[in-house]
Amino acid sequence: MSFVAHLINGISLGSVYALIALGYTMVYGIAKMLNFAHGDVIMIGGYVVFVTASSLGINPLAAIIVSMAACTLLGVTIERVAYRPLRGASPLAVLITAIGVSYLLQNVALLVFGSDTKAFSNVVTLPNLELFGGQLIIKSVTIVTVIVSIIIMVGLTLFVKKTKIGRAMTAVSEDQGAAQLMGINVNGTIAVTFAIGSSLAAVAGVLLCSAYPSLTPYTGSMPGIKAFVAAVFGGIGSIPGAFIGGILLGVIENLSKAYISSQLADAIVFSILIIVLLVKPTGLLGKKVLEKV
Amino acid sequence: MKKRMLSLVLAGVMTAALLTGCGDSAGSDAGSADGAAEETTEAAETEVSEETAGDDAAAEDSSAEASGDSAGGTFKIGGIGPLTGSNAVYGIAAMNGSQIAVDEINAAGGINGMTVELNFQDDETDSEKSVNAYNALKDWGVQVLDGCVTSACSIAVSAKTAEDNIFQLTPSGSAVECVANPNSFRICFSDPNQGVASAQYIGEHSLATKVAVIYDSSDVYSSGIYEKFVTEAESQSFEVVTAGAFTADNKTDFSVQLQQAKDAGADLVFLPIYYNEAALILKQAADMGFEVKFFGCDGLDGILGVKNFDASLTEGVMLLTPFAADATDDLTVQFVTTYEEKFNETPNQFAADGYDAIYTIKAAAEKAGITADMSNEEICAAMQTAMTEITVDGLTGEGITWDASGEPTKEPKAVVIKDGVYTAM
Repeated sequence: MSFVAHLINGISLGSVYALIALGYTMVYGIAKMLNFAHGDVIMIGGYVVFVTASSLGINPLAAIIVSMAACTLLGVTIERVAYRPLRGASPLAVLITAIGVSYLLQNVALLVFGSDTKAFSNVVTLPNLELFGGQLIIKSVTIVTVIVSIIIMVGLTLFVKKTKIGRAMTAVSEDQGAAQLMGINVNGTIAVTFAIGSSLAAVAGVLLCSAYPSLTPYTGSMPGIKAFVAAVFGGIGSIPGAFIGGILLGVIENLSKAYISSQLADAIVFSILIIVLLVKPTGLLGKKVLEKV
Repeated sequence: MKKRMLSLVLAGVMTAALLTGCGDSAGSDAGSADGAAEETTEAAETEVSEETAGDDAAAEDSSAEASGDSAGGTFKIGGIGPLTGSNAVYGIAAMNGSQIAVDEINAAGGINGMTVELNFQDDETDSEKSVNAYNALKDWGVQVLDGCVTSACSIAVSAKTAEDNIFQLTPSGSAVECVANPNSFRICFSDPNQGVASAQYIGEHSLATKVAVIYDSSDVYSSGIYEKFVTEAESQSFEVVTAGAFTADNKTDFSVQLQQAKDAGADLVFLPIYYNEAALILKQAADMGFEVKFFGCDGLDGILGVKNFDASLTEGVMLLTPFAADATDDLTVQFVTTYEEKFNETPNQFAADGYDAIYTIKAAAEKAGITADMSNEEICAAMQTAMTEITVDGLTGEGITWDASGEPTKEPKAVVIKDGVYTAM
């Protein structure tokens, strides 16, 4: 029974990673850049809900929509101000800028909200699921997170495959120059990608803070890094890969906490990143890219 | 062209990051002022003006103190603690408690005729910032240090005070190393003592037969208590069934540690940790339907002050703390009334530690016959000897005495949270 409980807790943690990883992989898959500020956009999303729902007393669902709008705006602004001018620059420069943006967001949050921990009230008010006469309790927020992750995963896959703008995204990811020659607005397409990725970050932020109700300016950084590992694990750029990678990572983290060492859990998680990169550099579901000579 | 753009943007980002970095402390100062009572804002403002005045005085020479307003001159006590940041509850409480003591002493004629001035600086629980705060206090002309409030900062600063021969009394720095130097003393219990006292308390009052521990292995305070607790538990009537560690990077999800405790049939969970993580643990235990007793140390003090936290979860939580706000002795009643009037809050243990620290400094200074014209070296040496000779009846214990090691001797007390207030057990 305790194994099942650990497994469910792992899925609970993993579903949050999966949700964050979807945003990471979305941006990487299309814009071919690692947006390290993603975790901090999540944190901002959490604060927006905290301020609107807890302090102003707005309905939590409305607060989530406000937060999604705010994060979309933030994501598009970051893309326009920090990343677009570097479109042709080396990937390293963009990566460093992303780290800079990440610190910028953390410090702005520190300035505006202060560094004391805020207790976040759970926006998922459904009752918990009790099994086997209360021996096993599955939190409603876990169920909601898993369902939301699956819906977003399916939705994104369909969006990229079926819609015009989605196919434009695929084209941009294959070859920006050629896409532009075919009449695709590359900047616009990437901006839309960031808009979608950031609104997902808002949802992830709300569910992260509902599951683990503490909010600080650094709330997003560690889950952000773990979700990045999850995205690499599942195959960065692959939407279903991010979901699977996230869930697996959460389960591995919790089981190693339970059965190996609670202090070594993080070390084990990051060792997985190294092993995956050594054995299968493209991740579980990653596409093999053939180098043309 | 592209390169120039790149370097411009990078430079821009870095400058922005730098600016936010610098603006940070000023901004969070403002944040603390928002969070704390209005009086704190006023105190902070007067502090600033005192500080500038102090700077001038220090620039002239330390003898400028002779030009102080009262006949006996001024006695400058510096304080350091987190006034902003995640442990701000401790620092603000210690500052407020110290301030009440200073006001009372000044109203009653000061120490040896000297007016006491308190300058309390913020360190955000960061050792480096703490040393910076200490340097600022030195520029101000500090004579005795009331700090730091937290252990790691206290250790960092005590290396400096030992070098400079400045007497240091930490109200609540509980790590062993805080009082390693001969010039440093403390008001609170040390971590090992808390671990031993907790184990004895649980054993002697038969609170549990199976105890689970959840502690932060990356924190010296938490792991220090944990180790002593486990050692002492061997000679007590209960057994430690699980010990779940977590680290600073992994402190939001406690489902595994709680599940292990539940599976092991623990009837009490010992939490030698700070209140932020404890708040999460209480929430997650309630979510998973784990009904158990919780017992903590002084780090749990402050859990009632977490913003937006469902205080009903803390019902029945026990903690070892030398101060209970509902005690009925005259000293406590008077202190609590004054504190509530001034700061609109029930004082916690840190406020009491701060209050006792100032009165201990007063007792030692009177015993040592400190006068305003003594140098810091003379003050330090005289205070050091006097500390071992005095007995203080304070809020945190009666008949507190010190030996040369800097450790206080007093009885531990436990409180339980009932209807959202600390109640003596």
